[in-house]
Amino acid sequence: MGMPEEQLGEELIKEESAPRASSRGRLVARRFLRTKQGVTGLIVLALLFVLAFAGPALTDWSYTDKDFMSFLQPPSARHWFGTSQTGQDIYAVTLRGMQKSLIIGLLVAIISTAVAAIVGSFAGYFLGWTDRMLMWVVDLLLVLPSFLIIAIMSPLFRGGNWPLFVLMLAAFMWMVTSRIMRSMTISIKEREFIAAARFMGVSAPKIIFRHVIPNLASLLIVDATINVSAAILTETSLSYFGFGVQPPDVSLGTLIADGTRSATTAPWTFFFATGLLIITVLAVNLVGDGLRDAFDPTARRPGKARS
Amino acid sequence: MSIAAGRAPVLEVSDLNVTFGSGTDAVRAVRGVDYSIAPGEVLGIVGESGSGKSVTSLAVMGLLPDDARVSGSVRLHGQELIGRRDKEMTRLRGKAISMVFQDPLSALTPVYTVGDQIAEAVRIHQDVSRDKAARRAVELLDLVGIPSPEQRARAFPHEFSGGMRQRAMIAMAIANDPDVIICDEPTTALDVTIQAQVLEVLKTAQTETGAGIVMITHDLGVVAGFVDRVLVMYAGRPVEKGLVDDVYYRPRMPYTMGLLGSIPRLDTGDREPLVPIEGNPPSMSALPPGCPFEPRCPLSIPECEAGEPPLIPVPGEGHSAACIRTQTIENRGLTPRDVFKAGPAGAVARGDRAGRPTVLMVDRLVKHYPLMKGAVFKRRVGTVHAVDGVSFDIREGETLGLVGESGSGKTTTLMEILRLAPPQSGRVVVLGRDTAKLGRNDRMAIRRDMQVVFQDPLASLDPRLTVQDILAEPLTTHGLEVGSRVRELLGLVGLDASFASRYPQEFSGGQRQRIGIARALALEPRLIVLDEPVSALDVSIQAGVINLLESLKIRLGLSYLFVAHDLAVVRHIAERVAVMYLGWIAEIGAVRDVYDTPAHPYTQSLLSAIPLPDPRKERERRRILLEGDLPSPADPPRGCRFHTRCPKFKSLPEAQRALCVDQEPELRPLGGDQAAACHYAERLEVV
Repeated sequence: MGMPEEQLGEELIKEESAPRASSRGRLVARRFLRTKQGVTGLIVLALLFVLAFAGPALTDWSYTDKDFMSFLQPPSARHWFGTSQTGQDIYAVTLRGMQKSLIIGLLVAIISTAVAAIVGSFAGYFLGWTDRMLMWVVDLLLVLPSFLIIAIMSPLFRGGNWPLFVLMLAAFMWMVTSRIMRSMTISIKEREFIAAARFMGVSAPKIIFRHVIPNLASLLIVDATINVSAAILTETSLSYFGFGVQPPDVSLGTLIADGTRSATTAPWTFFFATGLLIITVLAVNLVGDGLRDAFDPTARRPGKARS
Repeated sequence: MSIAAGRAPVLEVSDLNVTFGSGTDAVRAVRGVDYSIAPGEVLGIVGESGSGKSVTSLAVMGLLPDDARVSGSVRLHGQELIGRRDKEMTRLRGKAISMVFQDPLSALTPVYTVGDQIAEAVRIHQDVSRDKAARRAVELLDLVGIPSPEQRARAFPHEFSGGMRQRAMIAMAIANDPDVIICDEPTTALDVTIQAQVLEVLKTAQTETGAGIVMITHDLGVVAGFVDRVLVMYAGRPVEKGLVDDVYYRPRMPYTMGLLGSIPRLDTGDREPLVPIEGNPPSMSALPPGCPFEPRCPLSIPECEAGEPPLIPVPGEGHSAACIRTQTIENRGLTPRDVFKAGPAGAVARGDRAGRPTVLMVDRLVKHYPLMKGAVFKRRVGTVHAVDGVSFDIREGETLGLVGESGSGKTTTLMEILRLAPPQSGRVVVLGRDTAKLGRNDRMAIRRDMQVVFQDPLASLDPRLTVQDILAEPLTTHGLEVGSRVRELLGLVGLDASFASRYPQEFSGGQRQRIGIARALALEPRLIVLDEPVSALDVSIQAGVINLLESLKIRLGLSYLFVAHDLAVVRHIAERVAVMYLGWIAEIGAVRDVYDTPAHPYTQSLLSAIPLPDPRKERERRRILLEGDLPSPADPPRGCRFHTRCPKFKSLPEAQRALCVDQEPELRPLGGDQAAACHYAERLEVV
């Protein structure tokens, strides 16, 4: 759906330079960059990624190392975030955990929202058999005990097999949103611009991707941002019980789980992990707000983006 | 008409101002409105959307929200109303002043019966027993012409049709014998035949109560025969007022002239061009310092920008106009047609009708919907006969107007044609291809040649796409080069090429409809289906769009299927017209024949129900009023579908009636290009 628009935009730039008409992708990007909260969120998120992936290079300690000279020490010049009960460097461990959590959170959110959007809009647009089959799957997944299934499958996640974990988390997160999408699609389907596209000869999948989903974008974006936090928190709680990210790998979840035991006596063991988790979720929410305003031409805040 | 003269006014409004918000965002919705009404007098307040006419009446009723600042004076029987507390106003509202709203469904509470609601209105202001109030409610329902009022009083609002709800609202408004009744667009949401009924009821209500009526409307036709005096508003100000004949026959403000010139009229000769007013009304938060109409006025001179002209008296009793050029208009005897540039004259398709190829043929088309009941186990309880054997054809370069009231099946017919799928029964042949035998690729090819323009220009444009993307969509869908076509298309419909990068929300209604038309033209179609393309627009804007459609048709050799409920608009744009009633065609033929000498009793009453913007003609006209509402299409009457409401049927002797009840009439040619589905068709002049 993005491609033809981009090409179209390119063509226009080439052909007519004087009153340049913007295609949607361009316009949304420009409007997004005008939203203060969106840009702030994006910068913070970018910094978090830089910190998570480039940060470990700044210290000599690796997340697998153990310093047998210092157990449960507060932050110092030697160990920036302090050390844990087993002598791990909290800085290195936290950043390692953040790498996993960021990737898991964002991937799960994107996958589950995309699945929800596609399943919901197809079911709502076609109705009939498509709808019945898809909604049957939705109902089935809704009644399955997701926690239990992931717990049983947890041995499979060992040995760097975390993408499977991501898929499992995403698989149990999209159903409610897809039901909302379905009912909203049914109502938006009655609008005249959908009829106009249909009578023009636009194919059904194209109508869904070009007209239905963008018009429900605000719901999807809000859903995706909530899903990022929900995914990170689910991962955290699964990891707390030992069913999520498997050792020797760590995530913010396992760290918080470890840290809670000594939270009152040695707050640094979990303070940094929690703080970074909060900042991440906040930044994602800000980006979501900005995107929602940029997508919605009726929103006042970002001002009128014109060429 | 001059009953008002010499009597003390009941309601006096002077220098009324209403402002919303403050600072630079302040919207001055009403600026200096003056009027007074004597008992038994009817004042029409006319203006387009956003002219401040409704805000004026809400200010009089004291119903504006708290953030509105109201100044000036409103006196009822000499007592000042502005500045009174809400509690005091509540005692007056509904008793001394009452109001009839536009949308009767939202004005009635859905969970109480209509009788209870009217009785409640009585009991609020009068100390009467419950039984007596209920009896009074039945009396009132009887007065406004609701059949079997005892039973209908126990019905809920959703069981009433639109016209009956509006009657119930009028019953409520007159329940306490008010001195002033304010009617805010009381007939806008109703069909013409129902509108004629409701206007009759309002006349009855007035004679019954002797109240002064303020009639707010955008339709100059509705008020022509009904009001004594007219006040024309523009940009929150009265720009012309006077006796109805003075304003209609001797308008002195160019805006009034423009409004009168832009109304499509039923009584003027065939397809005369309309005179649109260029441009759009000004934004109320950033008014120009001069006359607010100056940017759109063809008579403007540099002095017009200097300051806002006050209402100055012009010849005629109480006639005044806010224009510094009234003298010029007076001296030169200018008419709307002189002042405003008229559009192109209607083009009559070249050559013999029979010789031109057929672009669309519909033959005995049927569309029935099953009526289902039950939540878990759905079962069929009936059939909605939405379209029941409709036949017509359109030749190249021709416009067919398909008219009918809501529920007549015209939109269903249209959708059946546009679907390009095999119909339930009958045939649809588009550009020589039968839709029942179309393959995938054929259907795509026909989609290219047949385009559609919808009623609501905002709903038919995807709000998330820019104009560029909207206009490029048909091109990319059919694998065509976009290139500079979007700019061409915008130019074709009279819009600026720089509009391409904006969203549809940033445009006014008329501009949006032009975008919709540009999209329909993108693929250079041969047939365009127009579904009520102008009914959502103000008259002055509407005229521009009609003229655009007309000139595009001539330039590009298009054929139109024009669906509308407004017969006057159809007279201006169509060569042929088909009148639909309850899923079937009552009459079809050349516009000239059908409008001048309609033969079907339904067409006759439909035409006679349409008000003319001509006070003298309107007062002398004899209306053929239809009784009751459109029967449900789930249970259409046997025989002739119209016989339940037919005025002709009632006048027939018993022996001849049997034919109407037993046998469904076929469309019979009546000579010339005219055919009517009536056993006793007889041509009659009604306009």
